[in-house]
Amino acid sequence: MKTNKLFISGDEAVAHGVRLSRPHVIAAYPITPQTITVERLSEMVEQGELESTYMHVESEHSAISATMGASSVGARTFTASSSQGLLYMVEGLHYASGGRYPIVMMNANRSVALPWSIYGDQRDSLSQLDSGWIQVYVEDAQEALDMIIQAYKIAEHAKVLTPMMVNLDGFILTHTYEMVEIPEQEQVDQFLPAFETPNKMCFEQPKNMAFSSQPDDNTEFKYQQHVAVMDAIEVAETTDREFGEHFGRTYGGMTEEYRCEDADAVLVTLGSITGTVRVVVDQLREKGLKVGLLKIRYMRPFPEKQVIDLSQRIKAIGVIDKDISFGYEGTIFTNVNSALAKTEHSLFKKNFVGGLGGRDITKAEIEKMFTDLLEGITGKQQETVEFFNLKVATNG
Amino acid sequence: MNRPVKQHFKRPEHIDDYPLGPQYEAGHLAETNAGWRTYRPVVDHDTCINCLRCYLVCPDGTIFKDNGQIGIDYDYCKGCGVCAHECPKDAIEMVKEEL
Repeated sequence: MKTNKLFISGDEAVAHGVRLSRPHVIAAYPITPQTITVERLSEMVEQGELESTYMHVESEHSAISATMGASSVGARTFTASSSQGLLYMVEGLHYASGGRYPIVMMNANRSVALPWSIYGDQRDSLSQLDSGWIQVYVEDAQEALDMIIQAYKIAEHAKVLTPMMVNLDGFILTHTYEMVEIPEQEQVDQFLPAFETPNKMCFEQPKNMAFSSQPDDNTEFKYQQHVAVMDAIEVAETTDREFGEHFGRTYGGMTEEYRCEDADAVLVTLGSITGTVRVVVDQLREKGLKVGLLKIRYMRPFPEKQVIDLSQRIKAIGVIDKDISFGYEGTIFTNVNSALAKTEHSLFKKNFVGGLGGRDITKAEIEKMFTDLLEGITGKQQETVEFFNLKVATNG
Repeated sequence: MNRPVKQHFKRPEHIDDYPLGPQYEAGHLAETNAGWRTYRPVVDHDTCINCLRCYLVCPDGTIFKDNGQIGIDYDYCKGCGVCAHECPKDAIEMVKEEL
């Protein structure tokens, strides 16, 4: 198999994944730090590398509306956004998922105003977990490219037909460079079939689409969506396995455990921070500490089974949240905790909130998290929710 | 002329009876829609010259060509009165519905 590696950014890797997936229509509005993706795609269309209709729209709300319109006539579509842009299209997110349009969107995780910030955290997409979209978070540029291709296969699956969001950490992943293997078009064509759906307008079978509902029917449509996203668990796992067989790279399905076999304390991560935590786990293991990492890939559907399974084997779990639901907890922790509540096994739990608005999470801070978890096992009292990298003293 | 026919809609009994998302075959009328009406248009066919202006302006398409005359589909007419307003011969009178 011919290998074709390029030294590219996360944003550009996404553009290649999209090119290889052959969308019929791309409608996107630029926003830092997703801009390179949409710029590269427009260049690819201009230069004939990608045959696609590229719609310049005046806002993200229009972007999601245009992609939905295209999807409703059976076109494979792509859009991308971040932060304020993602939130501008939020009513459209619900439209798309309720309408069962399998749009694939790349979201560059970026903080949300106020205060204004162009830098990365995961508040934008985590605030939209209820929008009905499947959400995956990638660790590196290779996974970003690969997951765009997988996303189309999962989203368009007959049992799923639900839009899917591929999340990349803003700047940390979108703007950093690594060697990425670019698959051949023929390989991708063999893996990804043409888009077929019963949910489209056509002259032969005229349809009334995207209609209203009465109290008599609304619940049933929502139930359908819920079942479809839960069915996506099996589809996602199968697709990842098939991707591995076809391209030689696989990501473990819903989650990946790293060195958890005999771990006492495990940190749960989402996105590119996983890479840094892997390094710290290795360093601490050298010192004889029994630590491990659980990389959560999908937030919706949620890998409840994997979290419960791991929790039975360990004594402490910490969740790194680049997010905070003000007045309560980080959202990843809330989701993990809900899974843990379904087991009898008791373990020490802690939510590490930080890395907000682009603040770095350092290896030293991650080491301290593991220390906190190990001390928690022996009974040291700690706050459950801790802003671990505040730079000032507080009153609390 | 083909008038849309009200079809009986069988309510789903199983979740699989639901369409995939909020979509359904087009042109499926499950209900009549005359309840909005306070006044109904009544045509004097002796005065009517069959110019078809009412047929053209009816916003809901409930006025139809009926063998050289105009017909009104009272299942769907909402009583807006545009036909009576536009008739050049004042052949249409808006008559209050009996309650």
